[in-house]
Amino acid sequence: MKDQQHKGIPTTTPRQSATFSQDVNSDIRRAAATGIYDIRGGGAKRRVPHFDDLLFMGASISRYPLEGYREKCETKVTLGTRFAKNPIELDIPITIAGMSFGALSGPAKEALGRGANAAGTSTTTGDGGMTPEERGHSAKLVYQYLPSRYGMNPDDLRKADAIEIVVGQGAKPGGGGMLLGQKISDRVAMMRNLPKGIDQRSACRHPDWTGPDDLEIKILEIREITGWKVPIYVKIAGARPYFDTTLAVKAGADVIVLDGMQGGTAATQDVFIEHVGQPTLACIRPAVQALQDLGMHREVQLIVSGGIRSGADVAKAMALGADAVAIGTAALIALGDNDPKWEEEYQKLGTTHGAYDDWHEGRDPAGITTQDPELMARFDPIEGGRRLKNYLKVMTLEAQTIARACGKNHMHNLEPEDLVALTMEAAAMAQVPLAGTNWYPGKGGF
Amino acid sequence: MQTIDLEAQGLRSLNETLHAQSADTNQTAWEVVNAKGSHAIAVGLDAPIEVTVNGSTGYYCGGMNKQATINVKGSAGPGVGENMMSGTIIVEGDASQYAGATGHGGLLVIKGNASSRCGISMKGIDIVVHGNIGHMSAFMAQSGNLVVLGDAGDALGDSCYEARLFVRGEVKSLGADCEKKEMRPEHIEILKDLLERAGADAKPEEFTRYGSARKLYNFDVDNASAY
Amino acid sequence: MCGIVGLFLKDKSLEPRLGEMLTDMLVTMTDRGPDSAGIAIYGNDAGTMAKLTVQSDHADADFATIDADLGHAINAKVSSKHKDTHAVLSLPADKLAHAREALREIRPNVRIMSAGDSIEIYKEVGLPKDVAHRFHVEQMSGSHGIGHTRMATESAVTTMGAHPFSTGSDQCLVHNGSLSNHNSLRRKLRREGIHIETENDTEVGAAYLTWKMQNGSTLGEALESSLEDLDGFFTFVVGTKDGFGVVRDPIACKPAVMAETDQYVAFGSEYRALVNLPGIEDARVWEPEPATVYFWSH
Repeated sequence: MKDQQHKGIPTTTPRQSATFSQDVNSDIRRAAATGIYDIRGGGAKRRVPHFDDLLFMGASISRYPLEGYREKCETKVTLGTRFAKNPIELDIPITIAGMSFGALSGPAKEALGRGANAAGTSTTTGDGGMTPEERGHSAKLVYQYLPSRYGMNPDDLRKADAIEIVVGQGAKPGGGGMLLGQKISDRVAMMRNLPKGIDQRSACRHPDWTGPDDLEIKILEIREITGWKVPIYVKIAGARPYFDTTLAVKAGADVIVLDGMQGGTAATQDVFIEHVGQPTLACIRPAVQALQDLGMHREVQLIVSGGIRSGADVAKAMALGADAVAIGTAALIALGDNDPKWEEEYQKLGTTHGAYDDWHEGRDPAGITTQDPELMARFDPIEGGRRLKNYLKVMTLEAQTIARACGKNHMHNLEPEDLVALTMEAAAMAQVPLAGTNWYPGKGGF
Repeated sequence: MQTIDLEAQGLRSLNETLHAQSADTNQTAWEVVNAKGSHAIAVGLDAPIEVTVNGSTGYYCGGMNKQATINVKGSAGPGVGENMMSGTIIVEGDASQYAGATGHGGLLVIKGNASSRCGISMKGIDIVVHGNIGHMSAFMAQSGNLVVLGDAGDALGDSCYEARLFVRGEVKSLGADCEKKEMRPEHIEILKDLLERAGADAKPEEFTRYGSARKLYNFDVDNASAY
Repeated sequence: MCGIVGLFLKDKSLEPRLGEMLTDMLVTMTDRGPDSAGIAIYGNDAGTMAKLTVQSDHADADFATIDADLGHAINAKVSSKHKDTHAVLSLPADKLAHAREALREIRPNVRIMSAGDSIEIYKEVGLPKDVAHRFHVEQMSGSHGIGHTRMATESAVTTMGAHPFSTGSDQCLVHNGSLSNHNSLRRKLRREGIHIETENDTEVGAAYLTWKMQNGSTLGEALESSLEDLDGFFTFVVGTKDGFGVVRDPIACKPAVMAETDQYVAFGSEYRALVNLPGIEDARVWEPEPATVYFWSH
């Protein structure tokens, strides 16, 4: 080659393969060296059609907008009106998704509670049970009922404001979890009845029921234990949303929590996160269709999660038929996860801010996804709570701004017909017209 | 003895009545008639009362029990004593799958046979089965004791953690990461006590102990085939 | 996802009560399957004639003169017993194949539910008690029967999506669970020339058994090989002219309870389904083992 260059013969520039990209090659090298699949936290990182591909049309002459700040745009939402004696009333349609003590530090869980309280919304426990601190710091707390049943007990069940039976998670529909040993501290080990420091494997199915016919009986049992007082949510992953929503409703759910593939996890296989499940955008219409077919839309509420980041996302999810949304990853970022101020330390871990996803290793420089006392001490739960409250307020104001611009005095009055799509993919998935047309793929008349 | 007719009074009324009993109640003895395989009988109890269920039960009888003693005079459906915390549940007949699933404490006695997944994901409960148990029993069992006077089915103790499994009869096959263990004096003691409390006529020395080989505790590429 | 019941009588004196007992069992399983229900009854009145059970959404029009029209088409005597949306046609056994063809011509909207010497299948959309009542199942007698209540998972709630599925002459199948490879298998079976009507996973299970038996397997062998070839979760109960069989997948999560006395063998997805059977208190009650074929015959 050098000889040729000396002779002045033109050469091709080095060309990277699109198929064997540097990312892919690094993954192959990592697999060859370690013999285990890559485990990480977070949700899908690949680009998928999302809410960014939708726009609201707003109002002008054919529709009349509401005056910002003066004319009311209601954001309250009531969850669990179907069977529960005590439904949950939230001031804003944005809730905090389930994240466990164990995956998160105690102070991080406290901050979530503080922020949610101040914004008038609920938080959710995770795999590992309910801590007294968490109950104490959250005015409205949803207790997750998971396949592992770590820390599950009837006292906490009765202390909860709602119970969420977790069937699936958007990051890993049909999968269990793995919390590596580094994060199993004494307290986490005790709460989960496990030896300290070992890898904690979580099952993919519930240990004592399989399928909707059994789920119906499981829901009956939980209602009997809790005296039919609190709502029973059923959380499903974005797998087969039409069927799964239908069956959860038939089994007796009060609320459906639908988590698309961008939804995060504390730890699972990267191959699961990136290759199993449907984008959040693609899941909403089938789920809403299922509720409508059963005559249960707005009777059984729908909470959508997986990649919700802004008030625009909230408004779009609600326009497509959701009653509320849940945020996880976004809440962690609001608390300070992946903040550039820790860049030097991210570099030491071989990553960079924004890309850090080894939440399962417990070395989070921001002190959020860790059980290490020194790292945890970096995080101030009161400041974190204030930041989360601010963020939730901003999202709510943004969503209201959009709703008013569309002439709505209640967020729930947003409709799919208020939206257009920028791409064919988004038009097909959201079943809203491509901007400037009255057509979307799958609809006749093209 | 207070009698509750499940058919006449309904499930809600039954559980509500039993939930209303406090620690210092005088009405400690309850009888449930016309169980007829109904689900969620006597779930979520939290008082030192004695409930006798006449007949066989459906799913989750005695689920999440605390303190209470529940005696099923028949067979129990799936998930009897699931996630129980304390107290005692005695099933005179057989138990269906998932008996004592994820139980955190207390004693579950099954006088007949238990089906598959007995003690799945158990977290501290003691289970004594007078007869045989089915396949995948003690799957991911974390702690507590499972005692089987008869035989065990396929894949006993698959992926188990620190639960102790004692089997007197044959084990059809062991699950991943489960192995035969030495029976030490402290195990004989545990077993003696459990057999006595369960009214089981067997000698501790006749049992073999099984437990975790602990090879899956921290990932090692040489054990990858077990995952 | 569903509820299954089955009853195989050993004691002939119970035969007049088969329909009544099976109906009670079926209705108890309503919670497990409120979408549709069906029942296969093996009558003890089988004479020399074969039976063809047919269904039509326009029963009055389709069934009014079906006996005469079909009789004319196949040149044989046909009698018809009309029950709601179903009719049972009696005809000489050697004319069965001809009758199927003729029906396609003269009554294109009529669907065949079952064929054989003794089987009758009734199934419709609706609550089990309503379905059983429409067909007067409680008044039927017979030697054995199988019932099913359906909670549809992925395929449509329709008459043809209801169970039991007919798998051949005097054979039927019901299923609780969810098969995970039924689409590929449906394509394969259709290539093999097996007629499959719906997108239902259970129908594929039934068609699979039909195909195996057409190729020389006994029912027992076909059930054995289903353990290899069908993926997913299933508890199957199958009916034949002489008896019934049970098989569960190797994981065996979907519930199944059996009871046996001197008078009968009974199957239920839950014990609840069995509680009103005579002498149940003293019956041998057990759960079928995974990946094991059970069979009872007269």
